[in-house]
Amino acid sequence: MSIKFKPPIGKFSRINGKCISLVGDDIDTDRIIPARFLKCIDFDSLGKSVFDDDRKTLKGNHPFDLEINKGSSILIVNSNFGCGSSREHAPQALMRWGIKAIIGESFADIFYSNCIAIGIPCFTLPKESIKKIQQYLDIKNLFLEIDLFKSTAKTEDLKFNLEIKETSKKMFLSGEWDATSTLLENVSLIEKKINELPYVNFNKDCL
Amino acid sequence: MSKDTLFDKVWDLHKVANLPGGSDQILIGLHLIHEVTSPQAFGALKDKNLKVKFPQRTVATVDHIVPTDNQSRPFKDNLAEQMIDTLEKNCIEHKIKFFNIGSGNQGIVHVVAPELGLTQPGMTIACGDSHTSTHGAFGSIAFGIGTSQVRDVLASQTIAMNKLKVRQIWCENKLSNGIYAKDLVLHIINQLGVKAGVGYAYEFAGPAISALSMEERMTICNMSIEGGARCGYINPDEKTFSYMKDKLCSPQNENWEKAVKWWESLESSDNCIYDDVFKLDASKVEPTITWGITPGQSIGVNQKIPSLNEIHPNDKFIAGEAYEYMGFKPGQSIKNTPIDVCFIGSCTNGRISDLRVAAQVLAHNKIAKNIKAFVVPGSEKVAKEAKEEGLDKIFVKAGYQWREPGCSMCLAMNSDKLIGNQVSASSSNRNFKGRQGSPNGRTLLMSPAMVAAASITGKVSDVRDFINK
Repeated sequence: MSIKFKPPIGKFSRINGKCISLVGDDIDTDRIIPARFLKCIDFDSLGKSVFDDDRKTLKGNHPFDLEINKGSSILIVNSNFGCGSSREHAPQALMRWGIKAIIGESFADIFYSNCIAIGIPCFTLPKESIKKIQQYLDIKNLFLEIDLFKSTAKTEDLKFNLEIKETSKKMFLSGEWDATSTLLENVSLIEKKINELPYVNFNKDCL
Repeated sequence: MSKDTLFDKVWDLHKVANLPGGSDQILIGLHLIHEVTSPQAFGALKDKNLKVKFPQRTVATVDHIVPTDNQSRPFKDNLAEQMIDTLEKNCIEHKIKFFNIGSGNQGIVHVVAPELGLTQPGMTIACGDSHTSTHGAFGSIAFGIGTSQVRDVLASQTIAMNKLKVRQIWCENKLSNGIYAKDLVLHIINQLGVKAGVGYAYEFAGPAISALSMEERMTICNMSIEGGARCGYINPDEKTFSYMKDKLCSPQNENWEKAVKWWESLESSDNCIYDDVFKLDASKVEPTITWGITPGQSIGVNQKIPSLNEIHPNDKFIAGEAYEYMGFKPGQSIKNTPIDVCFIGSCTNGRISDLRVAAQVLAHNKIAKNIKAFVVPGSEKVAKEAKEEGLDKIFVKAGYQWREPGCSMCLAMNSDKLIGNQVSASSSNRNFKGRQGSPNGRTLLMSPAMVAAASITGKVSDVRDFINK
């Protein structure tokens, strides 16, 4: 964590890393980063506060505190991960802790788009496959090689066919996941569209 | 795939382009910002050397971090002061209208925009806050976004998004006396589950929805996100139009008739197609309370906390966690659960009608000993109106603290927090672990009327025993 954090940029197609498992459904963004840590005007200091309440409650036994999980970058989760608040601070905190990709049963909508927007691909796998990985991780370390192009994750003795939204996959492979410049390419269409909206002239000077 | 619903019509109207990756570029008609999720977005604009493209389509207020006891500046909390200061500077630099404390229009962003008539049918509305779904009550397509998307809206007034599917939730019959919109939406989330809405927009419809006031409709749409749906909406009708008439930013003069005509055309067509339809009988809804750690874990006030074998296999794990965290046993009654703190407020239930209902229950009553109770109006306008009606006096006489507007203990970013494992009866929207500021604090979500009843007895009570006397 002492190394200065560099956010991902450009296109990428492979993520290799050690897995960390976090068992539980409906893990909300308040748990990922409690609201008191949102009192900041940048994201820089969030990494150390990820899961702060849960970690304090478990007194060193939370997966994010275990020595064995040090250096992990692929997070394995269950269903509806990231539900609740839209705070981008949640994936920002995970990313600054070291997470580069997430594999889970399912994700909440806003959390998912926040992850894509900052360069964390989220993949889904059936419940049984997630269980298999989590059981494996109970016994030993697991290093996965994720191939975004083929949508696979494999190791010497395991192989999974990952699901990812086609739009997200294309964005990472093309490097267009940092959306602002892509959106601004259509600036003339945007200007045309906004002038066509019936309501923009309903009460122009109210504010 | 859905066709000819209000959602389809509004989406198509705002679609700018198909993006190379396959998602749609959607124009955002109204962008709302606040102090928590905007500073990094402005920072990113600066890094990219970009300007705000249409500053007149963004409106700001301050709500999450504001203290509710003493709002004089500088705030006692340095970090909170830094956040409001940053927002003030960003709004000046980028020429964005900012409703600051004392303006008469400050408050929770989802209370303020409808009050001002900024929220209108047929708009796309985005804000860096998941409860943006509230604005769907007017027949707008409104959803929460993250900070990177706030940056995109500031820079381009658009975002990249995949079109959602549409599920109609048809609510037959009417709510009974003493049952409120909050009970209905908690019931809906319980029936469908907290993940069922992922990938969907929810259209709330049926006689029970039509019968609701605009403020009650906002309560319903507000909590769409708690059911997993990023966006929830209700087709606009006469009630919508009469609520909007003569609001500051509503269409004026000859534009009013034009606007109403257009709004009427947006309604989901008779022969429209939904991706899914879910029906329920609203007359069967009881005063509803959460017992667990997700808004889906709720029961009627006279029901017992479900045992594991009554719970769907997919929900057993989180149920187990909930029993442990809440200290409740399966089969235990929720009624008579002792309460420590009562909170009335939030973007779900901090509007004038919510305060009226709670005050009605509290009139001529006192809160129980050892209860800390406080009411936080949703906006400066709500506070003013409540004072004009004398509601503040009723609350204070009953033993409540009357506070200044803000988000307060809904998410506890200011100093309003639970302590230790206190139990709160709360009119807010989330009962997540630690949500109200204490890592082991416990939240029971309920309607403002039910919070008022709980504050009188000091325990979970059936509000119908008070209002039907």
